[in-house]
Amino acid sequence: MSAPAVLARRAMARVGLYVFVGLVLVFFALPLVWLVTTPFARTPSYRVPAPSFTLHNFRILWDNPYAVRSIGNSLVLAGGTAVLAVVFAGTAAYALSRVRLPGRDAVLYAVLLLSSIVTGTAAMVPIFLMLFQLDLIDNRLALVLVLTGGLLPSAMFILKDFMDTVPRSYEESARVFGASPFQILRHVVAPVVRPGLATIAVWAVVQVWGNFLLPYILLHDPAKQPAAVIMYTFYDEGGQPNFALISTFSLLYSVPVVLCYLVVNRRYGFRFQGGIKG
Amino acid sequence: MGSRPVATVGALAVACLVLGGCVSAKHAAGAGDPQRNADAKHATLTISTNAISGGKNAQEADWITKELIPAFEKAEKAKGRNVTVNYQANGIDDAKYGEKLELSLKAGGGPDLFVVGGDSIATYAAAGYIAPLDKVVGGEANSWTGWKQVDAAVKKNVSMNGRYYAVPNGVDGRVLYYNKKLFVKAGLPADWQPTSWADILAAGRKLATLSGVTPIQINAGTPMAEATTMQGFLPLLAGAGAEIYDAKAKKYQGDTKAVRDVLSFYRTLYRGAKLGDPRLQQDPNGRDESFTEFSQGKLGIIGESDYLWRSVVCPTKSVCNATAMPDRNSTVGYAMIPAERPGSGVGGQDFVSMSGGGGFTINPHTKYPQQAWDLLTFMRSATQIKAQLGSTVQITANKQVNDEILARDPALKFIADKVIPITRFRPSEEHYTSVGALIEEATGQVVAGKPVDEVAKAYQQGVVKLVGADHVSSN
Amino acid sequence: MLFVAPALALIAAFLVFPALWTLYLGVLKYDLAGSNAAAPQFVGLGNYRDALTDPRFANSLLLTVAFVGLSAVLGQNVLGFLLAAVLRDAASWVRGVVNAVVLLAWILPGTVVVFLWQALLDRGGGTLNALLGTPGAAWTLDHPLATIVAFNIWRGTAFSMLLYSAALGAVPRSQLETARTYGAGPLRTLRDVVLPHIRGHVLTNTLLITLWTFNDFAPYMLTGGGPDHRSETLPVYVYRTSIEGGALGYGSAISLIMLIVNLAIALFYLRLLRRRSA
Repeated sequence: MSAPAVLARRAMARVGLYVFVGLVLVFFALPLVWLVTTPFARTPSYRVPAPSFTLHNFRILWDNPYAVRSIGNSLVLAGGTAVLAVVFAGTAAYALSRVRLPGRDAVLYAVLLLSSIVTGTAAMVPIFLMLFQLDLIDNRLALVLVLTGGLLPSAMFILKDFMDTVPRSYEESARVFGASPFQILRHVVAPVVRPGLATIAVWAVVQVWGNFLLPYILLHDPAKQPAAVIMYTFYDEGGQPNFALISTFSLLYSVPVVLCYLVVNRRYGFRFQGGIKG
Repeated sequence: MGSRPVATVGALAVACLVLGGCVSAKHAAGAGDPQRNADAKHATLTISTNAISGGKNAQEADWITKELIPAFEKAEKAKGRNVTVNYQANGIDDAKYGEKLELSLKAGGGPDLFVVGGDSIATYAAAGYIAPLDKVVGGEANSWTGWKQVDAAVKKNVSMNGRYYAVPNGVDGRVLYYNKKLFVKAGLPADWQPTSWADILAAGRKLATLSGVTPIQINAGTPMAEATTMQGFLPLLAGAGAEIYDAKAKKYQGDTKAVRDVLSFYRTLYRGAKLGDPRLQQDPNGRDESFTEFSQGKLGIIGESDYLWRSVVCPTKSVCNATAMPDRNSTVGYAMIPAERPGSGVGGQDFVSMSGGGGFTINPHTKYPQQAWDLLTFMRSATQIKAQLGSTVQITANKQVNDEILARDPALKFIADKVIPITRFRPSEEHYTSVGALIEEATGQVVAGKPVDEVAKAYQQGVVKLVGADHVSSN
Repeated sequence: MLFVAPALALIAAFLVFPALWTLYLGVLKYDLAGSNAAAPQFVGLGNYRDALTDPRFANSLLLTVAFVGLSAVLGQNVLGFLLAAVLRDAASWVRGVVNAVVLLAWILPGTVVVFLWQALLDRGGGTLNALLGTPGAAWTLDHPLATIVAFNIWRGTAFSMLLYSAALGAVPRSQLETARTYGAGPLRTLRDVVLPHIRGHVLTNTLLITLWTFNDFAPYMLTGGGPDHRSETLPVYVYRTSIEGGALGYGSAISLIMLIVNLAIALFYLRLLRRRSA
């Protein structure tokens, strides 16, 4: 192949590349346009508004008795669940990664599959009845535990991959110096898999942030309900969606989870270690 | 690692115990003495409705928290009783709310006072979630003076086997709304009252000559959910001379002539004469879409309940938002729904309608039945009914209040005077909800183009599977 | 071991236990209200027989397979890989921008996302119709399956992109250079150099996104399963029969059928992995 032909081909490839990236950008950005423009529109609706600017919709949001508080509730639930999920999944994944036991993987897969059952309404029956008998309805700590239980299999599954990559020699040397297993995990392993832990934390926050059914069923006091539930109450007297509330709340409700990702990504790097070892 | 098998075995053991204990636990309907805790120094009651301040049904939530509860607590104090009332706000999708309420009731908990729809009384009673009021609170439930103010049909809607299960809130009625301006443009009278289905179709054909106008909207299909049965199928069925459930014969309508007539009407409307927009019946937002079109003068005739008049096309922008019609009173006409032919309706009627509505009931497991009954009658007093309405107008379950307020709104007065006396209610039978789902499915299929006979057969099979062939009529 | 105890306890209490209970409900005629709520009847395999003979169930299963195949196995996988590959050599600002929008689609709360897509596809004032000059086009009615496929690709590609970014980092640059020197085309390079390094990642990724998509309820929020059941995937079918119909026992039975399908999928991927690596 002649040199100009190669150059031409490279140039074509470049153009193709930019067109591809451009199309992808449009595809992913298009639905987001509504999110950033409508909250400031004078008459918010499904229509992306003509340029206009008002903060009046935020005033309406501020006056809603539950909206702002629900974001705080979401923070509590998501934060609590993320901490528990990281700690429990971290310790468990470490142990499972270090101990070779027959059937270990099978058990992990089994609970991973079971977690798909405990999502629908039918599964709310046992969970609700159990917490009701224990008098834990309207109890946020109980809800956090339930949420954590649901996320643990996937979290352990993802974290185990990270744990597998930590060279055992690190731990051996720590052990020589008389470190306890907990100290080893805390001071030797955790720093190495920190990106993995951070990833799980963000992932847990995202999962809880959007969860509607569990909080709705297990909490009765609307003052404790998280944003995912309160967002479904924004209807006017005629039963039509109240776009002033929905649009501004969408924005407010999205910001914390985006910030959470940005902070974690900057500090620890957000990534997945992957690959099941065959 | 020894803990794992132990934990698993433990969980299994607990699971078996609780499964055995809870799933089969059967609540005795009505948990004992109506007079229990009647003299308690301090009582706590919880009300739950599907409303929330600042959101869905905010007016109701605000009335309960700001007016009803303070007034009631004060009144009880005057009687020397300390009663604290809590309000559980929800304001969520109705199906989701029902799910949560039913779960709580199933667990033996739940609010002390909640709303039950007239059509849910049978299902809730069968599950043990509600019981006759005279069983829960005693004989005073039957001798309450407030019953004198309640219309007989409305009483029936909250009763089963002659016993009251709830105290009614209000009632609604269905009519045909039409756009007078479009009617005049199409050469139709501004003062319209069809007397047969053929009249409706004839008006639709004239409206079809206007460009950009969908002539008729009669709800159909699954996305419209209960609006399909209440606004469409059931009033039409009543016009064809049948009620969906014959309580005497204990039979549902299966593949009967009346059902086929209704489905054929849908077919003519949406397929044959193309006077309706099949799209609206498939769209998850179809009903809202139909409201928007009607409010913008793009829809000629729509079958709806008085809710459309009050809360969708009302002139007040702050209540009805985008669908408000400042010229509603001069533009929107209303007519009774005609039977298929004059005299062909249920009971030989010329005109028909369907009504819904429910009432507040008392949880049979409440700790304080007497205090709950006090609250229930307090909230259904004329004063509190008016407080709940505020400046709005609605047909209530109290004749005296209706006389006072309906004069302010001719359309609601028309419905109260002309429609409510001839209306029908959904059956209080525990399979009705599932039959309703089959109706939604059947109407949707006809609108999508499936032949009437085929759809009617499939519908019949569905109903038979649900209630057994002995409880289905076909001819 | 102490490390796994908390995780296992939570999983046992809030996952395994409700899951087993849910499975037990599957052999009952168990409704939320009505006489079957007070005294559930034992029907053995009756619910399973009803499901397997219901043409709506068969329709749902087929739709789900199509939905998973098109949107996850093909859509998210391929787009995620392409983005990871393309962005590796792209200017850092391009990488930043693309990463940001793709990730936003993934981390925004589900409730918000539903409104974004309704605003995008709305018949009257939707962004898409405004952009394409097709007012009144009803995308969710005319192309229900395509709509939910596009939605799921939009929503979930970020995970594949992140995972493949990490995976491609593990492919030695020297080998890529070598391939280029020998004049290998992109496809051959992919097959002979890249794939062997990331095979484990591909399978992990495909397994996870398959299971997630299979159990995804979001399509309901866009199309309601319609029109005429044309986008009624299995989770939507379960919802419509078990909540709208109130039949929880039946819903549980289908959950178990779904679990078995999930299990079959997982085993299939694992076999594939074993065979390849052997």
